[in-house]
Amino acid sequence: MRIQLKIWRQETATHKGGFVTHVLDDVSREMSFLEMLDYLNTTLIERGEEPVVFEHDCREGICGCCSLYINGRPHGPGKETTTCELRMTKFADGDTIVIEPWRSKAFPVIRDLMVDRTALDQILQAGGFISANTGAAPEANSIPISKERSDEAFDAAVCIGCGSCTAACPNGSVMLFVAAKVSQLALLPQGQPEAKRRAWAMMAKADELGFGACSNTAACEAECPKGIDIGHIARLNRELFRGGFGSLATAAS
Amino acid sequence: MRAFLGASVGKKLIVGLSGLFLILFLVVHLAVNLTMFAGRDTYNAVAHWMGTNPAILAMRPVLAAGLVVHILVSSYLAWSNWRSRPERYAMVDAAGGSTWASRHMFVLGGLVILFLGLHLSSFAIPMTFGSPPLAENSPVMKDAYALVTARFGLWWYVSLYTAAMVFLGLHVAHGLQSAIQTVGLSNRRWRRRWARVGNVYAAVVAVGFASLPLYFFIQSQVGSA
Repeated sequence: MRIQLKIWRQETATHKGGFVTHVLDDVSREMSFLEMLDYLNTTLIERGEEPVVFEHDCREGICGCCSLYINGRPHGPGKETTTCELRMTKFADGDTIVIEPWRSKAFPVIRDLMVDRTALDQILQAGGFISANTGAAPEANSIPISKERSDEAFDAAVCIGCGSCTAACPNGSVMLFVAAKVSQLALLPQGQPEAKRRAWAMMAKADELGFGACSNTAACEAECPKGIDIGHIARLNRELFRGGFGSLATAAS
Repeated sequence: MRAFLGASVGKKLIVGLSGLFLILFLVVHLAVNLTMFAGRDTYNAVAHWMGTNPAILAMRPVLAAGLVVHILVSSYLAWSNWRSRPERYAMVDAAGGSTWASRHMFVLGGLVILFLGLHLSSFAIPMTFGSPPLAENSPVMKDAYALVTARFGLWWYVSLYTAAMVFLGLHVAHGLQSAIQTVGLSNRRWRRRWARVGNVYAAVVAVGFASLPLYFFIQSQVGSA
């Protein structure tokens, strides 16, 4: 099938970017979306042009590397899928597909469709860790945890840190990501020693990095490839109360 | 404390709590308005009581402060949220899961404020500071009923009023559940219930307020025909 691609091309973070249209005449319905882009790049290289830079790694929906804002939606059409899981069967002959990078002040464009998501790591470094020695896998029954609680923690732990929540959010907020990370630790005993400072530290870091503030639109949850519920954001809010909002941000200062 | 107010989550908490306060105020205001259906004398008596009771008068500056804080802090957040995405998307398909109202709270709030200016200038300000005609059966009570029904006979005023109540309803529908979420009183199960509570509350408030101008406008038309 014939596909017209309107792709954001940008040399570096400081260069001005813009859309470039590429046409592919013989895209197969069996291709994955990324295979279609690989095919585009092969054609571009053969013609001596610069290939389109985009990020990808595992191509099975678990690494969080792929991104792409496809036809106005992070990870494209379809529910709970990453871009690498997207198939060309979702598109029809003659379609125009608009591909943009994640847009956020905190995710500067590296080149074309690839953005720098170091900000997510920086938020984790601010509080998304535990100090307990983990060592080898412990005996599963030594700390009893209810099924409900472990399921809820697991639902949060499936976050792959792709950043689509921020990309989808009309406010450019990162709260679903932070909520997933805070929630999985808040629900389990291993996360308790740092619990009182964790939520505040991570949210303060998010502010510092230029992310927006959540206004509970739930756009993130609709686009999260792992289906993480904004109920976790409510828990994050409770965790903020539990730590007294950084003890009202250390009282006087 | 400065760091708390400086943080986005601190500001969000302030917007949420002030919003809940304003939401509670709405139902009190509505209850007073609905006494209009009981007739001229009842409404004038209630309006007189509202205008003279010290507890009610003491709440006025608190209400004004709540409103001003809500507007200023949420406007600041809207502005900083806008700045968090310096390069906008060329194409956005919001069909996903967010409601239209949730994405347009700032615009809806702004429209409600515009109406509030008109509303205050036609009722609260003349009732408080002006000297409208007195009610027939009392030497001190102002004829609030006459003031209101005169306005409710104007087609453009009734249209603006009704439109503003639609905007208010949409704003409150998202606002209530959003505030509950911000104070952490929600989870997977409860958020659907809170969303329903918010929608019902917003519908009651919007329809309740709009019923008066519509009723009195129709009555004025029937009366003059």
